[in-house]
Amino acid sequence: MRRGAIALALFAGPLWESKGRFVLSLAAIALGVALGYAVQLVNQSAINEFTQAVQALSGSADLQVVGPRAGFDEREYPRLARLPEVAVASPVVEVDARLAGRRESLRVLGLDVFRAALVQPALVATDAADALDTLRPDAIFLSPAAAEWLRAGAGDELRFQSGLGEAAFRVAGILRGAPGRVAFADIAGVQAAFDRLGRLSRVELRVLPGADVAALRARLAAGLPAGVRVERPDAAVERGASLSRSYRVNLNVLALVALFTGGLLVFSTQALAIVRRRAHLALLRTLGVTRRALVAGLLGEALAVGALGAGLGLLVGYALAQAIVRVAGVDLGAGLFRGVEPALGFDGVGAGVFFVLGVAVALAGSLVPALEAGRAAPAAALKAGDEQRPFERLTPVWPGLAVIAAGAAGSALPPVAGLPVFGYVAIGLILIGAIMLMPRAAVAFFGLVRTPPAPALRLAVAQLRGAPGQSMLSLATIVAAVSLLVSMTIMVASFRASLGTWLDQVLPADLYFRTTGAGDSGFLRPADQAAIARVPGVRRVEFIRAQNLLLAGDRPPVTLLARAVDPADPARALPIVGRVIVPAAGAPPPVWVSEPVADVYGFVPGRVVELPLGGRAERFTVAGVWRDYARTQGTVVIERDRYVALTGDRDANDGAVWLAGGADAGAVRDALRSGVSGGEHLDIAAPGEIRARSLRAFDRTFAVTYALELAALVIGLTGLSASFGALVLARRREFGMLRHVGMTRRQIGAMLAAEGMLVGALGLAVGLAAGFVISLVLIHVVNRQSFHWTMELAVPWLPLAAFCATLLAAAALTALFSARAAMADAAARAVKDDW
Amino acid sequence: MRRRAFLAAPLALLAPRAQAADDGFPPVVPGRAFEFPRDHGAHPAFRTEWWYVTGWLEGEGAPPRGFQVTFFRSRPRIAEANPSAFAPRQLLFAHAALADPRAGRLAHDQRAARAGFGLAEAQSEDADIRVEDWSLRRGPGGYAARIPARDFAFDLAFAPTQPVLLQGEGGYSRKGPLAAQASYYYSQPQLAVSGTVARGADGARVTGRAWLDHEWSSEVMAPEAVGWDWVGLNLADGGALMAFRMRGREGASFWAGGALRAADGGVRTFAPGEIRFEPLRHWRSPRTEVEYPVAMRVRAGDLAVEVEPLFDDQELDSRASTGTIYWEGAVRARADGRPAGAGYLELTGYWRPLKL
Repeated sequence: MRRGAIALALFAGPLWESKGRFVLSLAAIALGVALGYAVQLVNQSAINEFTQAVQALSGSADLQVVGPRAGFDEREYPRLARLPEVAVASPVVEVDARLAGRRESLRVLGLDVFRAALVQPALVATDAADALDTLRPDAIFLSPAAAEWLRAGAGDELRFQSGLGEAAFRVAGILRGAPGRVAFADIAGVQAAFDRLGRLSRVELRVLPGADVAALRARLAAGLPAGVRVERPDAAVERGASLSRSYRVNLNVLALVALFTGGLLVFSTQALAIVRRRAHLALLRTLGVTRRALVAGLLGEALAVGALGAGLGLLVGYALAQAIVRVAGVDLGAGLFRGVEPALGFDGVGAGVFFVLGVAVALAGSLVPALEAGRAAPAAALKAGDEQRPFERLTPVWPGLAVIAAGAAGSALPPVAGLPVFGYVAIGLILIGAIMLMPRAAVAFFGLVRTPPAPALRLAVAQLRGAPGQSMLSLATIVAAVSLLVSMTIMVASFRASLGTWLDQVLPADLYFRTTGAGDSGFLRPADQAAIARVPGVRRVEFIRAQNLLLAGDRPPVTLLARAVDPADPARALPIVGRVIVPAAGAPPPVWVSEPVADVYGFVPGRVVELPLGGRAERFTVAGVWRDYARTQGTVVIERDRYVALTGDRDANDGAVWLAGGADAGAVRDALRSGVSGGEHLDIAAPGEIRARSLRAFDRTFAVTYALELAALVIGLTGLSASFGALVLARRREFGMLRHVGMTRRQIGAMLAAEGMLVGALGLAVGLAAGFVISLVLIHVVNRQSFHWTMELAVPWLPLAAFCATLLAAAALTALFSARAAMADAAARAVKDDW
Repeated sequence: MRRRAFLAAPLALLAPRAQAADDGFPPVVPGRAFEFPRDHGAHPAFRTEWWYVTGWLEGEGAPPRGFQVTFFRSRPRIAEANPSAFAPRQLLFAHAALADPRAGRLAHDQRAARAGFGLAEAQSEDADIRVEDWSLRRGPGGYAARIPARDFAFDLAFAPTQPVLLQGEGGYSRKGPLAAQASYYYSQPQLAVSGTVARGADGARVTGRAWLDHEWSSEVMAPEAVGWDWVGLNLADGGALMAFRMRGREGASFWAGGALRAADGGVRTFAPGEIRFEPLRHWRSPRTEVEYPVAMRVRAGDLAVEVEPLFDDQELDSRASTGTIYWEGAVRARADGRPAGAGYLELTGYWRPLKL
């Protein structure tokens, strides 16, 4: 007992002395654990809720026949219903209906209650006040979440946008068992109200007991129109999960970075504490504490820090997850699981994993210092002036270059399961390699610095040259922090610059309008298109039809855009990257695909591909790849004339207007609104507004990276401060000596500031270099493999220069302030100490 | 009468709500000329219509059993202008039950659908009604019913042995004191049954006697009605008796009707005052606590028959689907102490007043 208490006091005491750094290490570990756990928790809830929603929406269905957004011919329904293995077939029309006059949409399902009652009973109002309301074309039932969201109840009117007009429904009741934000109406009512006559979105199939579902599925798949799939209802869950996977992985990597930083902080804190307690620890050894016990004690400290930090992190993570869900929704703001209302559960496995990770990081951080302390010979350590030893373990290691090379090589590897695993590994290796190279770099750098005339600065240079090992810790943290910050800054700047260029390319017209601002119920009939073209001041209008295609069952659908493109010169309409092919006469007609489609589906220029259009598989030549920052899941562009010929679909969704000479954009805009019937439902914007709005959205999305950059800066400076604190402690007697020989306090301050700046400069230089390389990996590997977007490198010189100046100044100040305590000591006492 | 309770509210959608006289449905008027086979088919302009077959089955190795097969059409008069192929202009329902004394209670199942896509249709040219995999069709030899239900499967043919029996005044059958409270109604008694009844894997050949009612109307039921009793009997001598009464609040009849066709073909139609239902024995359902007069003396003019159920528990609890509980079962008839025939008895409104 008593021994334990003494040990506790001996080990915990020093920890408490450096409580600032202790708290920071704790915070970094907690942050990493919290971020990771919150992401895990939110996603787990999202998947759970999504699964439940899918289960309620599909009910007891064994199979689902699903079409693209445009749906498929309803005549498939009786064919499916008559199959001998099918017990019940339940047809569904689904519309993401825009609420009239609002920028939001509500998912509306059109059902046949007689069929749904047998397959999806949760979606049928059995207790409706008037049972006929389940059949009336204008009656709609809301899920509890939708009712709450819309503040609507029985008897209220709900108006949706349909085309450029409106469709009104009367709320007939609330469906207690319905999941998420969703509404239900009779299938005939939805078909008529949203211009989906003759079309179905899907048919849910319940198979007779004992029938071979797999065999039926295979047989069905062969007989369905192109673009219509048969799958198990839970395939939608997989697609939903795959939508958010890249976001989740990237957030988890951020969590790992936070953990890594936490480990680094533990390392610097422990290293400092051990330097400080060198004599103290040696005394313990001479008093009979074995080397093993000493190491165990020090590791115990780390364990405590890790456990405390990780425990705290789990709590914060849970709170964070709740806040995220409340503010941004379960999809972390990515808009993927809209309308799903999650209940956060406690995820035991996730909690365990992140707890262990947090503790492990803390242990790893303190392992080297603890082993070093255990290795020290007690007699030598008891003497003063031995403090430099710990850092000598970290002197030049050649493998640094090999590690960097391995990282560079790894970045060339393809993604693993669609994730840039090797990209992240490469970043880690480049960082570690750079740090490993620091001792050699330090010797070379300080050797190159010219000896300045001023005594204080001369002393600073001499000090660094003579004992470069002392600055290793500061250098390591600065390099890590700077390279992370610089790489992120370059990547974000490149992305933003490329986005700006892209926006200029894709916005050549004078005005843009769209019906697809929310939901998919808005569109322009040929009469609407003609009315728009007739508006005075409009010289030319180009209409775009947006549909979607499901190209693979386990991937979300890609967007299909039908618009005017000149096959001879597609670059005039699209921001083409790479080569363009003009299909020869007789070859399948061209389509131009965005980068994700090229990457994920292998649609490279020259390849002939089949696309399901109008219920048939049509052959096309991939004629080029273009950059589309607007749609993450990928886009296929086809000439609109060809699309109309193949599908008969003459409707459009969006368009661009070129003004006649002298026409005023504002006046034309007003005329579009007031002169076209239903024009008030058009979202109209000038290219400048779209550009500004897009860039604002970009900045908002990447705001989190600015916060991370700030965090990196703080971490770098904390490391610097820790290591200077250790140095100053070690050099107390030196300062006393210098005061005795006549140096002023100010001069000693200048000396330390110079040391800080020199160390900062070296760290900055290496950090900039490593950061530049890492930014290349981020741009060309991580981003490309996660989101399949390319971008041009753009180095933000001015912000980087400002950052360099700030860091140098901060390094000098940090060194100075860390030394303050030491310099406050009376010179005489400092010299007397131990002499 | 034959507004069977199952039909009173299948999914509660069939309830004809009290509406103004000019509600868009054709009125039921006396003196309509019936035209067959056209009138065997559906009359989609009318609000409601049903084809109702009940009867007794005999088979090797099985005691006598009762069965009931009903197809019901409803025109809800909603969405009639809706251009969708799914527009619920006509709704079709089907219900079937098997009364097997060895089971001691009814086995039953149902189908419901909107007409369309050839999956559920009621043809107008002749009796040809289908709701998914259930169908009732009239052909040269008579009717054929195919009913693959959950617990049993009927594959039955019904061959007429007598001409059609027009109920009421030449098929105009009044249901209440107002002239509008009426339906077009004819029966096909003494149908010869042949076919198979399968329970589980074993299908067994059966024969028997059945009764078909076909009735259509747009009528509003009398507001004072809480329920009705109906009986249809194939008499042993080849005759046929149908009788019904509408019950009011106090359990008293406020309207009644019926017809007797003698073996020689002579038809006598009864005035409301000539029909009386006298309960002889009550049975209380152990599940619902509802009490039904399962044995009755039915008086029609000077004829008196006593009906006794095949077994007592022929209650149908369809609260989950149709929202009501009623009794409908196979009954034997005795007159003057001797077996006089067999048929079906329906007792509604004993649980709660039927909401129409």
